[in-house]
Amino acid sequence: MEPILFMLFGAIAVGGAIMVVTRKHPMASALYLILTLFSVAALFVLRQAHFLAAIQVIVYAGAIVVLFIFVIMLINVPENRLPVERATVMRLLGVIAAGLLILETALLARRFAMPAAPAADSGSVQAVGRALFTDYLLAFEITSVLLLAAVIGAITLAKKKI
Amino acid sequence: MAPIAIDAQALLQSTYSILPEILVVATALFVLFVDLILPEENKRVLCGVSIIGVALSLFAVFSMGPARISGFSGAVVHDGLGAFFEIVILSACALTLLMATGYSEWEGTHKGEFYSLLLLSTSGMMFMAKGTDLMTVFLGLETLSIPIYVLVGFHRNRMSSIEGALKYFLLGAFASGFLLYGIALIYAVSGTTKIPQLAAMLLDASLAGNPMFLAGAGLLLVGLAFKVSLVPFHMWTPDAYEGAPTLVTAFMSAAVKAAAFAALIRFLLLALPGMQPAMGKILWILAVLTMTVGNLSALRQDNVKRMLAYSSIAHAGYILVGMVSGDVLGGQASLFYLLVYAFMNIGAFGVVMLIAQKEDEGYDIGNFAGIGFRYPVLGALLTLFLVSLGGIPPTAGFIGKFYLFSAAVKNGYIGLAVIGVLNSAVSIYYYLRLVVYMYMMPAGAEAPAPRPPRVAFSLALCASAAVVLVLGILPRSVLEFAERSVLSLLM
Amino acid sequence: MNPLFDIAVSVARIAVFFAFVFGLVVVMTWVERKGAAYIQDRRGPNRASIMGVTLFGMFHPLADALKFLFKEDFIPDGAHRLFYQLAPMFALAPAILTMAVVPFGPPVTIAGKQVALHIADLNVGILYLFAVSGMAVYGIVLAGWSSNSKYPLLGGLRSSAQMISYEVSMGLSVVGILMVFQSVQLSAIVRGQGELLFGILPRWGVFVQPLGFILFVTALYAEANRTPFDLPEGESELVAGYHTEYASFKFSMFMMAEYIHLVVGAAVLATLFFGGWQFPYLGDSGFAFPGGISVAVPAWAVFLLRIGSFVGKTLFFCWLYVWVRWTIPRFRYDQVMRLGWKVMLPLALANIFVTGIVLLLIDRGGF
Repeated sequence: MEPILFMLFGAIAVGGAIMVVTRKHPMASALYLILTLFSVAALFVLRQAHFLAAIQVIVYAGAIVVLFIFVIMLINVPENRLPVERATVMRLLGVIAAGLLILETALLARRFAMPAAPAADSGSVQAVGRALFTDYLLAFEITSVLLLAAVIGAITLAKKKI
Repeated sequence: MAPIAIDAQALLQSTYSILPEILVVATALFVLFVDLILPEENKRVLCGVSIIGVALSLFAVFSMGPARISGFSGAVVHDGLGAFFEIVILSACALTLLMATGYSEWEGTHKGEFYSLLLLSTSGMMFMAKGTDLMTVFLGLETLSIPIYVLVGFHRNRMSSIEGALKYFLLGAFASGFLLYGIALIYAVSGTTKIPQLAAMLLDASLAGNPMFLAGAGLLLVGLAFKVSLVPFHMWTPDAYEGAPTLVTAFMSAAVKAAAFAALIRFLLLALPGMQPAMGKILWILAVLTMTVGNLSALRQDNVKRMLAYSSIAHAGYILVGMVSGDVLGGQASLFYLLVYAFMNIGAFGVVMLIAQKEDEGYDIGNFAGIGFRYPVLGALLTLFLVSLGGIPPTAGFIGKFYLFSAAVKNGYIGLAVIGVLNSAVSIYYYLRLVVYMYMMPAGAEAPAPRPPRVAFSLALCASAAVVLVLGILPRSVLEFAERSVLSLLM
Repeated sequence: MNPLFDIAVSVARIAVFFAFVFGLVVVMTWVERKGAAYIQDRRGPNRASIMGVTLFGMFHPLADALKFLFKEDFIPDGAHRLFYQLAPMFALAPAILTMAVVPFGPPVTIAGKQVALHIADLNVGILYLFAVSGMAVYGIVLAGWSSNSKYPLLGGLRSSAQMISYEVSMGLSVVGILMVFQSVQLSAIVRGQGELLFGILPRWGVFVQPLGFILFVTALYAEANRTPFDLPEGESELVAGYHTEYASFKFSMFMMAEYIHLVVGAAVLATLFFGGWQFPYLGDSGFAFPGGISVAVPAWAVFLLRIGSFVGKTLFFCWLYVWVRWTIPRFRYDQVMRLGWKVMLPLALANIFVTGIVLLLIDRGGF
């Protein structure tokens, strides 16, 4: 059952991601991005990382993409004035490079078997919390410094008068 | 689940191992608080507070000594290499802050946000230099980068500042993605993100030959190469350096480079023996490309800031030469050069800052005409720094380059050394071009007078000049320190 | 055990909870109007009648539903058609999903097998709730934007900013509860609330986390776009906010989503802060009052009392929404933002901090 679900959600995630970059309207891209984020959350659930899945949806789908949409709404480019994307040489090369990368990954992936399912509670809130406050304590604390820096930076750039 | 048992002793030791970083972060927070209660005309105090904080941190680094103190279950280690880079980064930060006393007044950066961002960025660099876990390295990199993006765009009403910040931010975010993806791939293959463990696993050929691991290491290299602006990941450098407030440019060129190289050195010196010869070839190509493209592009610049930006790209190439071989000699040379580079580059930017007067158009090379004889001290200082950047004796820049290229020769990379020396020769042209402008061109009709430096500013310039000269004549002790640092890593 | 039984149980649970929530939604539309009339001292809906029976206007929801069904479903000229049609679905789907994790009764034994009265007892429990309810904002934002009209756009902008702001305080206000009951699973939180505090008070969330309760209620009202936070559809400024351009059944989907949020919000409030299905002093075998008096109660009565307790609490909080709506005026927009970021957020953080210290002291045996 698990491999089937994995492939299903993996396919949705990849398909959604392709749609994100190929849609003409940014709003459509944003909505496909939500789809991709949800499928990735589903993949996390399949690997028993329940906490990560919930956080993925809360943070990315619930907050970050909302901000994207917020910006799209504020800028609100009329449909007939959206930039027209042409097939340039660079883009073509990009597609070819992406194709090669996918091929390469596929070849590599054949070497790896699906790893065994992790223990049921390895991704629980308790387990993640325990790891965060023991082995990854420093990472946790540096993140707080990082976020502080980001907050100060955002205010510095955006506030009318500093 | 049972409650977490906290080992007080281990926690204490862990906290001690990051004492210098804690001091810097605490200073940043303190500056923010003081900023709230200070009246507008006394913002100068913030600069002083920051300098004291950095000095305390520097003192902590010295008093902790080169002993190896690891903390947070192997996420960070205070060893010789960490201490060396902490000294480089903190010195760069201190010099920047000393110069800020004047610059902030002229360009309106006497703000609590400016100083706290500068300090937070410094703390990120220090974590990056000390991180033995790729997670720590990544978080340090982000903590370093985000304040820098903002600082580059700090002059919000100058288009070039905003433009540089935006370019740097977009490309930088992309590079962070590469780095993180690389770490993820490495973790997927090896199951660990700790650099020493990875190095141990690399002795086993099956991991080193694993394509997924190679892909991960490659992406990791891309992420770090972006931060040190190796060609072809240098596109952001000229615009960001030119747009940023000059003080920030000076800080970036010295400290960011040192921090990113610290992580690179830690990773490469430990992992490289297991990854030869593939990695060595890649580094060889990168070094040659970076030196050549940087120097050739610098030749055509009429804007001094842009010229120094390209020269900083070229210098990243020289430093990389020391890492191609991945042995103690090369590592030692890279370390020494990074230290010297921090002082001479910040010094050069400092003098340029005084002469240029205005951001953007003030940095045109025409503005420097005739400075040499009218302002002999400034002219002499700038000449000294430029000569050192060009690698002419008896300056520290010469010693640094000498050790870099001789390390390459000793390890059999003679071609690389030859290319490096040729590049140095090319670079002398554009450094001396500025000197020629200063001494041999007549001053323009309404040539503006340079700004009178404050005491602290002069102190920073003198200190840089002293370091450049002293290390050019008596480099022994610092070279030994660099050697000990590299050895402490390998042991 | 045979899988058919499990499937039957699952379907039954979903059906019962659906029926409960949707039934309550219908009732709530009536309560809202009748309650408004009661508070404003007028009669309220009383005209709809079947064969002359009006039953206090109880048939009005039915009449409304029929009206929505038979109205013309039109799309305004300049609307982004696809997104315009998607928006009501984006609004309704997360609203329905949220109710999956609320436990509405103690586990019961049917045919020798324990059955939890839960649609799903996820081990991330409350995080699921936040994740799914965070999606609700898309419906509103999309509706506001795709209508291609200025009032809906303003409504959409207001609501997305407001919902993101209050989501933060909402999440943080619950952390105190999670710390006290040491679980994020709603069933475990409810079980934890069955004990007594100092031997007299039930150990309900509201007693151990009074500040958390106030913050949570406030954030809940803001998230549900209810007065005093109904800026996204403030009719005096924005006509009807994000759903101005919607009619017929699409409009009713927005309405349904709003009322489902209301009902589920009330249920969550009861679960987190008022003991869920716990009845005060009622143990598995009967009442045990402080002071040593105990009254035996048969098992079926215990079960019914508990379910009744949950339903009763939910109904009370549903009524509270109506009560607040018709007594408290609407905030100004900048006030909403200031309250969210400068009052609620620091208070929520302080609450976590104090809770942590108190728990630590209790753990050390200080109390």
